[in-house]
Amino acid sequence: MNENTIKIKDPVLSIGNLSVSYEKGKYAVKDVSVDIKRNAVTAIMGPSGCGKSTLLRAINRMHELYDNIETEGKLILNGKDITDMPTIQLRRMAGMVFQRPNPFPTMSIYDNVIAGFKLNGIRLKKKDRDDIVERSLRDVTLWDEVKDNLHRKGTFLSGGQQQRLCIARALAYDPEVILLDEPTSALDPVATARVEDLLVKLKENYSIIMVTHNMAQAARISDYSMFMYLGELVEYDKTKNMFTKPKDRRTEEYLTGKFG
Amino acid sequence: MDATSKILRDNLGRRTFKDRYFRGLVVFLSLITISPIVLIIYKLVEKGIRQISFDFIIQTPPDTFEAMTALANGELIPGGIANGITGTLMMVVLASVLAIPVGVITGIYLYENPGKPMANLTRNISDILQGVPSIVLGLIAYIWVVKPITNGFSALAGSVSLAIMMLPMIVRSTEETLKMIPQTIKEAALALGVPYYKVILKVLIPTGFSGLLTGILLGISRVLGETAPLMLTALGSTMINLDITKPTSAVPLLIWEFYNDPNMVDLIWSSSLFLMAMVLTLNLLSKRIAARTK
Ligand SMILES: Nc1ncnc2c1ncn2[C@@H]1O[C@H](COP(=O)(O)OP(=O)(O)O)[C@@H](O)[C@H]1O
Ligand SMILES: [Mg+2]
Repeated sequence: MNENTIKIKDPVLSIGNLSVSYEKGKYAVKDVSVDIKRNAVTAIMGPSGCGKSTLLRAINRMHELYDNIETEGKLILNGKDITDMPTIQLRRMAGMVFQRPNPFPTMSIYDNVIAGFKLNGIRLKKKDRDDIVERSLRDVTLWDEVKDNLHRKGTFLSGGQQQRLCIARALAYDPEVILLDEPTSALDPVATARVEDLLVKLKENYSIIMVTHNMAQAARISDYSMFMYLGELVEYDKTKNMFTKPKDRRTEEYLTGKFG
Repeated sequence: MDATSKILRDNLGRRTFKDRYFRGLVVFLSLITISPIVLIIYKLVEKGIRQISFDFIIQTPPDTFEAMTALANGELIPGGIANGITGTLMMVVLASVLAIPVGVITGIYLYENPGKPMANLTRNISDILQGVPSIVLGLIAYIWVVKPITNGFSALAGSVSLAIMMLPMIVRSTEETLKMIPQTIKEAALALGVPYYKVILKVLIPTGFSGLLTGILLGISRVLGETAPLMLTALGSTMINLDITKPTSAVPLLIWEFYNDPNMVDLIWSSSLFLMAMVLTLNLLSKRIAARTK
């Protein structure tokens, strides 16, 4: 393990020597080992193209979509080895939220929230479904705004509401971790602030890993931060330590705006 | 008035002139484009509307003698094109049943494997198929179906030739429709652990449904009026036939038969009007569906 990374006790997720390459010999993520704190917000920062999304997608194995991808390393989620777990099981434990809000355009708000169950053919009693929808929408503070329009299309909502709907869709599974890839980069400042507040609130019950290229955002809401550069994990620390006294010169240069 | 503003005004004048000239040209060319369809519809309605009645839809055509008698007495020609309508409907439905699943699955395959040699080959062959003259498709269906399967002219053979015609259109529209769906929607489903085939069936197809439907309707409206391949396959029949292994009539086949009988000329117009109305309805319907989803 890199000397500029800290150890975490009882981590929710433990990533061991993870390497990912899209083409043979070219690593997008290079030998990353890191433990993720439970019930906290962990930010992944770094300049564009440094492998943040690839690292995040390696966790729920979304990157397996690509043909020539190769992955090595070990992933332990809540004590369970998820390296070779069936994806349906894995993705119920690790929810994902994307850069652009992507509710299913053919589905109502209600159906979007329970889309994971519907699309996988998991049958629930009406009461359970209603409960999950209400709980998830309350969790993302969207319930009061949409409770009278649950059967309207999700795409009628504003961008910020759509993104909260997408977070609710991930929460419906009651996951162990929530993975977010620049979740506010397509939102206006007001909607961004709302999502940020929401994430801080959600860490009471969930563990959150968020990619962001916005340093101020990482400083505002994250408890722990990783700094990546060219596929490597350069530094990992409590956010306030990293922002006040970065250990690596590259982290310092990034944080002071010298590149990125 | 100073020099610059004079130049400006002159320029403006020239531009206004050019603008007017171009607009006139554009209007003129548009008129040329739409005039055939307007003239066609006008002619069909003028000459054909008299013959259209409920009987026209539920009765079979008269024989030459009946038609001749009616003409001699200055009456409307009796009978209708029921055998053609039922035959056309039967063959188009059967052709759709054959072409839609194959076309949609092929379209999905092309979408899923961009750049793969087999997919490129399939796409090229599909494009070539689109350009094959319909009479040749009739010949193919004759060789594949009329001779070995139904042992004679049949609705099934007609449907096969129409299905081959529809196929490339459905393949193309399926692929294009799927390509227009944002990748992010697919990712949303995959991130919920939905297996790939379910993502296609339950997310991509419903999301692109109206696009698929538009392609299918246009495909149907395209084959609705096909005559040449049916001459070699379905042949025609004077009676209503619902047996797919027997010779069957179709509206365009009847038009051809009426054309060859001097006593039936009036029926050409009414049948053509009927066929045109069917094609136009399908076209407008598909336009509506396409517009509603944009
Ligand atoms: N689908 C892909 N195929 C090939 N290379 C890719 C693909 N996605 C990302 N990469 C490469 O992997 C590296 C890391 O990309 P990414 O994880 O998206 O970075 P970030 O999210 O930090 O901007 C980049 O060099 C990028 O070009
Ligand atoms: Mg990224």
